[in-house]
Amino acid sequence: MVALGPTEPARLPPSGLDGLDPSWSRLVPVELDGTTRTFHILDTAPDVDAELTVLCVHGNPSWSYLWRNVLRQLPDGVRGIAIDHLDMGFSDRTGTTRRLGDRVDDLCALTETLGITGPVVTIAHDWGGPISLGWAQRHLPQLRGVILCNTAVHQPEDAPAPRIIRATRSRGAIRRATVDTTAFITGAFEMSHPRTPKHIRKGFLAPYRKKEWREAIEVFVRDIPLEDTHPSGPVLDGVAAGLALMQRVPTLLLWGSKDPVFSDLYLHDFEERIPHADVHRWAHAGHFVSEDAPVAEVAVDWIQNLDAERPDETAGNTEPTTLLNAITDPERAKLVALREMSGEQPSITFGELSRRIDDTARGLRGCGIEPGDRVAIMIPPGIDMITTLFACWRMGAAVVLVDGALTPKQMTAALKAAYPKHLIGIPKALAAATALRWPGRRIAAGSMSRIQRRLVGAEHDLDTLRTSGAHHDLELPAGTDEAAVVFTSGSTGPSKGVRYTHEKLAAQRDLIADLYDITSADSLVAAFAPFAIYGPLLGITSTVPDIDVSAPGSIDANTLADAVSAIDATMVFASPAALERLVTTEPDIDPSHRTALSNVRILLSAGAPVRASLLTATGAVFPNAVAHTPYGMTEALPVASISLPELIDAGSGDGVCVGKPIDGVEVLIDDGEIVVRAAHQRVGYDRLWHTTHLASQPAGWHRTGDVGHLDAEGRLWVNGRVQHLIHAESGPIGPVALEKRVEDLDGVRMAAVVGIGPVGNQRVVVVIERDEPVAKPALADLAMIDRVRSVSDTDVVAVFDVPKLPVDRRHNSKIDRSALAEWADAALAGGSLGKL
Amino acid sequence: MKVLVTGATSMIGRLVVERLVARGDVVTVLQRSTADLGVREINGSVTDHEIVASAVAEQDGVIHLAAKVDIVGDWDDFVSINVEGTTTLLAAARDAGVSRFVYVSSPSVAHGGESLIGAGAEPADPDSTSGHYATSKAMAEQLALAASSEYMPVVAIRPHLVIGVGDTQLVERVVDRATQGRLPLIGSGLALVDTTWADNAADALVAALDKAPELGGEALVVSNGEPRTVHELFARLTAAAGVDWSPRSVPRAVAIAGGSVVEQVWDRTSREDEPPMTAFSAEQLSTAHWFDQSRTREALDWQPVVSLAEGFERLAAHYESQP
Repeated sequence: MVALGPTEPARLPPSGLDGLDPSWSRLVPVELDGTTRTFHILDTAPDVDAELTVLCVHGNPSWSYLWRNVLRQLPDGVRGIAIDHLDMGFSDRTGTTRRLGDRVDDLCALTETLGITGPVVTIAHDWGGPISLGWAQRHLPQLRGVILCNTAVHQPEDAPAPRIIRATRSRGAIRRATVDTTAFITGAFEMSHPRTPKHIRKGFLAPYRKKEWREAIEVFVRDIPLEDTHPSGPVLDGVAAGLALMQRVPTLLLWGSKDPVFSDLYLHDFEERIPHADVHRWAHAGHFVSEDAPVAEVAVDWIQNLDAERPDETAGNTEPTTLLNAITDPERAKLVALREMSGEQPSITFGELSRRIDDTARGLRGCGIEPGDRVAIMIPPGIDMITTLFACWRMGAAVVLVDGALTPKQMTAALKAAYPKHLIGIPKALAAATALRWPGRRIAAGSMSRIQRRLVGAEHDLDTLRTSGAHHDLELPAGTDEAAVVFTSGSTGPSKGVRYTHEKLAAQRDLIADLYDITSADSLVAAFAPFAIYGPLLGITSTVPDIDVSAPGSIDANTLADAVSAIDATMVFASPAALERLVTTEPDIDPSHRTALSNVRILLSAGAPVRASLLTATGAVFPNAVAHTPYGMTEALPVASISLPELIDAGSGDGVCVGKPIDGVEVLIDDGEIVVRAAHQRVGYDRLWHTTHLASQPAGWHRTGDVGHLDAEGRLWVNGRVQHLIHAESGPIGPVALEKRVEDLDGVRMAAVVGIGPVGNQRVVVVIERDEPVAKPALADLAMIDRVRSVSDTDVVAVFDVPKLPVDRRHNSKIDRSALAEWADAALAGGSLGKL
Repeated sequence: MKVLVTGATSMIGRLVVERLVARGDVVTVLQRSTADLGVREINGSVTDHEIVASAVAEQDGVIHLAAKVDIVGDWDDFVSINVEGTTTLLAAARDAGVSRFVYVSSPSVAHGGESLIGAGAEPADPDSTSGHYATSKAMAEQLALAASSEYMPVVAIRPHLVIGVGDTQLVERVVDRATQGRLPLIGSGLALVDTTWADNAADALVAALDKAPELGGEALVVSNGEPRTVHELFARLTAAAGVDWSPRSVPRAVAIAGGSVVEQVWDRTSREDEPPMTAFSAEQLSTAHWFDQSRTREALDWQPVVSLAEGFERLAAHYESQP
């Protein structure tokens, strides 16, 4: 350690820094190499015999202030210690050069002086990560857990170091950025999303206001081992290698993905090194993830959950997957598996499909796809799509499926989150992948010339791979292996990746077969793209009508009838939008199709609730079919199912009746919310540990986010979404029932019911869009207020007229009640009627 | 039970006496002028020790309604009637062996001008109140609750914006101003405000008398639990009175500033009547004031019997029967 700069003793932070409790600050002298060095630390419970200590380690340029929210939220009995490294924060300015190895030694000496001998969870950010891991590896017996936020232990071989670090490290720039000015600190905050408020930035700058206090920021930047010969290189490599010793240590990776320094690349590096780690990734958050996202809340929930029984994904069925059983069943070998309705209407038997899947699976292995890899599939329903999907499963890869109805921006977010290693798609999808920089090595569906492939950046095409005659032994994955990550369109917020294992999908297949008594004598027309996979899964003949799959509502009755005739279908699965079109185009049906249509026994409508009148009207198309509407969600489908006669029998009530829970599905109502448990429910949300944790209460169940109740006959009724619940004094109230009643009033086109005021004492507000729209938002007239109150069981404090209710763009019918509630809340607090 | 009711000439006072008499309580009333309620009557001020002593003699309970409720006036008068009157009565009641005491307070004792949204009954705080009335009532409530004891439990009941047939405080003012064409909405007029139909407030006071032994030292806000926008309240009141009213809006900041200026001028000129608007009422009518009623309803085992809708109907019938 060479003396290089000014020295100055440790001191206490100035008072008045936002969020910092002055009573936490301590100065701790520590003997280091015969010299006394004084650390400034934040310590929430110095005198308490803590059950657990959370040791918080900041990076560069930062100080213990970074952890103020974590410290504040720690539960009783847990001691929080956030340190300022020497030369950083308010600790001693030693005038020495402290490298990674020195800092690990410093931290070890500090905890020894403090006498921290009990269990410890470390939490660290940025270059605090390797320091905390260095400490952890020397304290394995007392290490209870590790939390890492936007950090790294290794520069991935195939990626350059972050441009911003290289730029700062360039000669001349470094001193100007780190010591001469506060550019490195303020620059770091330019990377936060949303922008960190001024008073918080002031807190971060507090120990670095004077030039001589900033020397260590440069030293820290210089200590990043970018070069092979860097003195800290071996120490960092040692820390990385040491992760092998930590395979039993609970680990949580918290990541802001908009970090130009520690991007997702480093997250994935950690995931490979610590496969058992829990991960929560925030797409919107930047480098200072704890400023941009609720890191403290998630970290504390995780720490409190350390002793809880953790779901063991490897428990249960380790037998090989049964997902391909129907396809490989020799008895079905001659049965038509799939018929395509476009072009020459090719078809394929189960026997041929099974061979094609095997050949493709070998081809995929041959081109470097490994079991456990994620593969995004972007191919429209048909033989190629089914072959590719099952080939991935056959060889043990997991598929990433993204709803075609997502916007390009949402698709990009989904693919960046799931991070598939490979992407197999039609040319259009590959072109989008190039333009939007989707992750994954690209493989073209079908056949493609080398020139074309180069254009879309595809290394291989499927037809060539399938016929390459690659000799790879194929081994079926286990039932507990990951099978799929599915992104469906959420009406609010970014789409979440829902994870399924093979056994979950197999359970879903068996449930559907039981529910609708499906046998090999059945055949299926899937007029809704997500259903296309069920025919092959169930081992029945299936087809997809010749329509634009991204616009399921565009189907007409004749096109559907063509498909029904082509395979003598007994079942039709369609979306409500398609049913609507079917009914209106019914008179155009070619008489020759009428016989085939009369053989359909089940009409399944899924995707959104359907009016009984619409289902009744489908009788003109399918005279002998019973219409069913399943209820469920991407995370668990189906939960319940109701037939048209049952729906009519249920009549009107509090919400929408969705039928009795299916055998094998448990339903409970917790605080008004529908909570389910079933063999076929999702494993979890991908890279969203906290979201999964919150959605899995009680443990092993899935919180649907829907509000509802079970009636005396055991039927389930759905009454809106949890976030739209009105938490009144009398208990939670769903909005749907009152909305339906208000919409029945003369002159009302659409109504929204929202709650305002504090949870537990919220009041009901009704917002109306009239048949004759009003010009601007206003309080409704007394007569309308009286009429609304006359149909409400609970007091309605105010009724507003608006020109147009805000609706969700994609569904065009889902009212954005959250926005309305905020709007009404502000007005009724005494504000004005703002814009909607 | 033998009960003394002070301030019985007020709208609520009369309703309370009616209820007590109807259930067979022996009622004495104390107020400055004759009340003519068909019960034992003592006329005089609550600040007069001798009169107060004779009024509380042999009583089991006291419901203390008497107060100076004006929007403007001399601070000394507020202190004398609201603070000293209350302490005089408390001391006399304790000395006379009264076993329960209900102090009628106001939600304004616990806050200044901020919005109250689903609020509970916070402790009275004379430092945060605005206006002489609220400040003096806050001081008196603190003293009253401090005087609560095992022998004489004291409960403070704070009805919020009482309205009813024959109400001179709110209903008449609103209707008069609307008639004169000077009833503007402050700001958007969308602030949600709790009100209490007078009959329900009277029921709550009687319930408080009965429950006092369990509730000594507690303050409870009472309202109908049906907050309404100021706009709707004005529209309902003027409609009931048969007065044409169309809302005209005055910006909130202007109204509050204007109100304070007017108050000061009124003070200086020692006018006895009421100013057209005070800073206090401007604030009251432009910020939300509604309350969490769960504790009150549980503690008093009481529910409002007259809904606001029914109240407005009664009010309309009353105005129709007027010549």
